[in-house]
Amino acid sequence: MQTTSHSFKQNARDALTDVQLQKALSKMRPGFQQKRADAVANLPEFEDLRDRGRDIKNHVLENLDFYLERFESNVVANGGQVHWCRNSEEARQTIMEICRSVDAKTVTKGKSMVAEEIGLNEYLEEHGVEPIETDLGEYIIQLRDEPPSHIIAPAIHVNKEQVVEAFRKKHTDLPPDRPLEEVGDITDEARTQLRPKFFAADVGITGANFLIAETGQTVIVTNEGNGDLTQTLGKAHVVVASLEKIVPTLEDASCILRLLARSATGQEFSVYTTFSSGPRRETDLDGPASFHVVLIDNGRSAMLGTEYQDMLRCIRCSACMNHCPVYAAVGGHAYGWVYPGPMGAVLTPSLIGIDEAGHLPNASTFCGRCEQVCPMRIPLPKMMRHYRAKEFTENKATSQVRAGLRLWSYFAKRPWLYQQSTKLGAALLHALGGKRGRIAMLPLASGWTSVRDMPAPEGRTFQQLYKMSGHGKKGDAR
Amino acid sequence: MSASENARPRVGLFVTCLVDLFRPSVGFATLSLLEKAGCEVVVPEAQTCCGQPTFNSGDFKDSRDIAANVIEAFEGFDYVVAPSGSCAGMIREHYPELFEDDPAMAMRAQHLAKRTYELTSFLVDIMGVESTGAAFDGTVTYHDSCSGLRELEIKTQPRKLLAAVDGTSIKEMPGAEICCGFGGTFCVKYPEISDKMVTQKAAEIVESGADYLLAGDLGCLLNMGGKLKRLGARTEVRHVAEVLAGMTDQPSIGEGER
Repeated sequence: MQTTSHSFKQNARDALTDVQLQKALSKMRPGFQQKRADAVANLPEFEDLRDRGRDIKNHVLENLDFYLERFESNVVANGGQVHWCRNSEEARQTIMEICRSVDAKTVTKGKSMVAEEIGLNEYLEEHGVEPIETDLGEYIIQLRDEPPSHIIAPAIHVNKEQVVEAFRKKHTDLPPDRPLEEVGDITDEARTQLRPKFFAADVGITGANFLIAETGQTVIVTNEGNGDLTQTLGKAHVVVASLEKIVPTLEDASCILRLLARSATGQEFSVYTTFSSGPRRETDLDGPASFHVVLIDNGRSAMLGTEYQDMLRCIRCSACMNHCPVYAAVGGHAYGWVYPGPMGAVLTPSLIGIDEAGHLPNASTFCGRCEQVCPMRIPLPKMMRHYRAKEFTENKATSQVRAGLRLWSYFAKRPWLYQQSTKLGAALLHALGGKRGRIAMLPLASGWTSVRDMPAPEGRTFQQLYKMSGHGKKGDAR
Repeated sequence: MSASENARPRVGLFVTCLVDLFRPSVGFATLSLLEKAGCEVVVPEAQTCCGQPTFNSGDFKDSRDIAANVIEAFEGFDYVVAPSGSCAGMIREHYPELFEDDPAMAMRAQHLAKRTYELTSFLVDIMGVESTGAAFDGTVTYHDSCSGLRELEIKTQPRKLLAAVDGTSIKEMPGAEICCGFGGTFCVKYPEISDKMVTQKAAEIVESGADYLLAGDLGCLLNMGGKLKRLGARTEVRHVAEVLAGMTDQPSIGEGER
C-alpha cells in the first residue's frame, strides 16, 4: 500500500479542516468508550484476563518458531497447506497462484488488515481477478476507492449521505427512485448486491484473528457473518495472516477472544466467531475444496528481541484508537498507512521504517490512555519514546528540536546558571504580559501563541521569593 | 506508613520548573499545605527540572544527567513532594527505567521513586489529611491531568480535599480524563492538533458551568487557561494547591492585575 505517513503534518491539517470528517469523528467517543467501560465493569476478572493474555502472547513470542511449525504440521494434518512468505511480493504472488489454480474470476474477501498491508486488492485487479470486499464498512470504502481509516470500523469517517452517494454511483442496476433513507434500506441494498457475489466467487479470502498451533485452526470474528459465507462458498479458502497471530491452544484463543470483543466494541463476544479447520471433508455438507494459510512476516521477525517486540502482542481490537485524543482529532487516514492511532504509531515505523513514519511516534501527548485500555498491556507510549530516542541518537530529529533540547539540558544541569536565567525569564515574560497578565504573541513560541494566549509569569521565581522570605536559610538536606 | 508513625516527616519540596518560573504562588501554597499537615519542608537549592522534556524527546543521556542531579539533591528526605503529577510520575515511574543498565544508580532511583508523591496524593494517602481547613467560594471543575491520573492513579484525592473546602462545590465535566492537548513539546510540534484538543476541552469546561477550572499540573493549566483566555471565556483557572491552601490572593492564571 502507498504510504503518506511522511506527510502526517499536512494530512493532519487537511483532516482538521475537513468539516464532514470532523463531524463523523465527533460521534466516535461516546459510543466506543462507554461500551468498553460498561463491558469491563461487568467482568470482574477482566484485569486478570489481561495479564493472562499478555503472558500467553509473550510466551508465544519467545517460542515463535516452535509454535509456527506446530501450527503448520497441524494444518497439513487437517488437509490444508501453509505458505511461508517473507514479504508482500511473495504473499501477493502466492495468493495469485492459488487464484489461478482454480481459474478464479472473482474473489470475496472478509476484512483483513494484512491484506491491505500487502496491497492485495490492487494486485489481484492488475492480474485480472476482481476482489469484492464483503464487510459492509470495507465494501463501502472499496466503492469509494480509499483505504480503511480504522481497524474494526473501516468506514467510520464516512457519513450516511456519502454511502448513499457511493451506492447510487457504483450500483448501476439501482433504480433512481428506490429510497435509501433508512439505515435498513442501505444495508438491504448492500445485501442485494453482495449475496450473488458470495455464490459466484471462486475463492474466499479472509484474515485471521488467531492461528491456533494445537489444532491448526484459524479463527475470525465478525459481526456480519460475511466471513463465514466468504470462506465456505468458494472453491478455495485462503487465510492471510501475519505470523504473530499464533496462540498455543484453543483455551488460549478463548482467553484472548474474551478480551477482544470487550475491548473493541464492548460486546461480550462478537456475533460470529468462526474456527476454520481445513478444507471440506468427504462427509461435510459444504466448505472449500482447498485450504491455504498464507503466513506473512513482512518485517515482524525483525522486531523480535528489540524494544518493539511487545507490539507483536497486538490483537487489533482498536481500543487504543478509540481512546486516543490525537486519533479523535485527525482520524485514521492522516496516519498515512494501514494501521492508525497509537498502535499504528509503533507498528508503522517498525514495518516501513522511521524515515517514512517518524512523525507518528512523535504525534502523541503521551497521555497514556492507549496503554490504559490496551487489553494486551502493550506499553505503547514507552515504545513511541524509544522511536523518539532512535531518531535523536541517529541525528534524525530536526536541528531546531536538537538545539532546543541541548540548550535546555545545558541549563538544567547547572542549577546556579539555571536559576539566574529563570529569574531573567520570569521578569521578562512578566513584563511582556503587562497588565493583561498574558501574552498574545511571542515570536519564539508561535506554535503556542498562534492558537492560545501564554499566561504570563508572576514576575519572580519561586526560588528567588523563597530566599527573600528567609525560608531558604534552613539549607539543603545534604 | 501513616503520619503517626513518623511524627514530623522531612519533606523535600520539588518545586517543578513551571511553578518556579510561571507560578511561584503554587509553590508557596504547597509549602503551606505540607507544613500545615505536619511536615518539615526543605526546598533544595540545587533543583532545576525533572528531565521530562528531554526524556520524552528521546534524549535519554541528558535525561540521566538531569535525573542524577535530582536524585543527588533529594535522596536525604523522608519524602519528596511535587505540586505536579507529571513530575512526580517522571521520578516514580521513569527514573528507575532510565537507569536500567546502571545497577547502583537504579537502586538510588528506585529508593527515591518509592518516596516521591504528587501533592494531593501525599496529603490524603500518606498524611491522612481529610480537610485542609480552607474556604473558597465558587463552583469548580477538575481536570484530571494525564500523568497523575494514569501513572499515579490520582482521581479521588484532589476531589476529596476540594469537597472539604468551605464554600466550594464541584461540577464534573464529561471529558475530565481526556488529555487537554498540552503534552509538553507536542503542543508546539503539532499546534493544529493540540489546538483541536484544547478547543474541545475549553468547550467542555465552559459547558460545565463552573466558575473555576482546577488541576494539579501547571502545564495543563497554562494550556487550558491560555485557550480559555483567547476565547474570551470567563472561567478562571487555578492550581488546586492554591484553593486548598486558601492562598488565592494572586490573580488567577492568565489574568492581569485586578
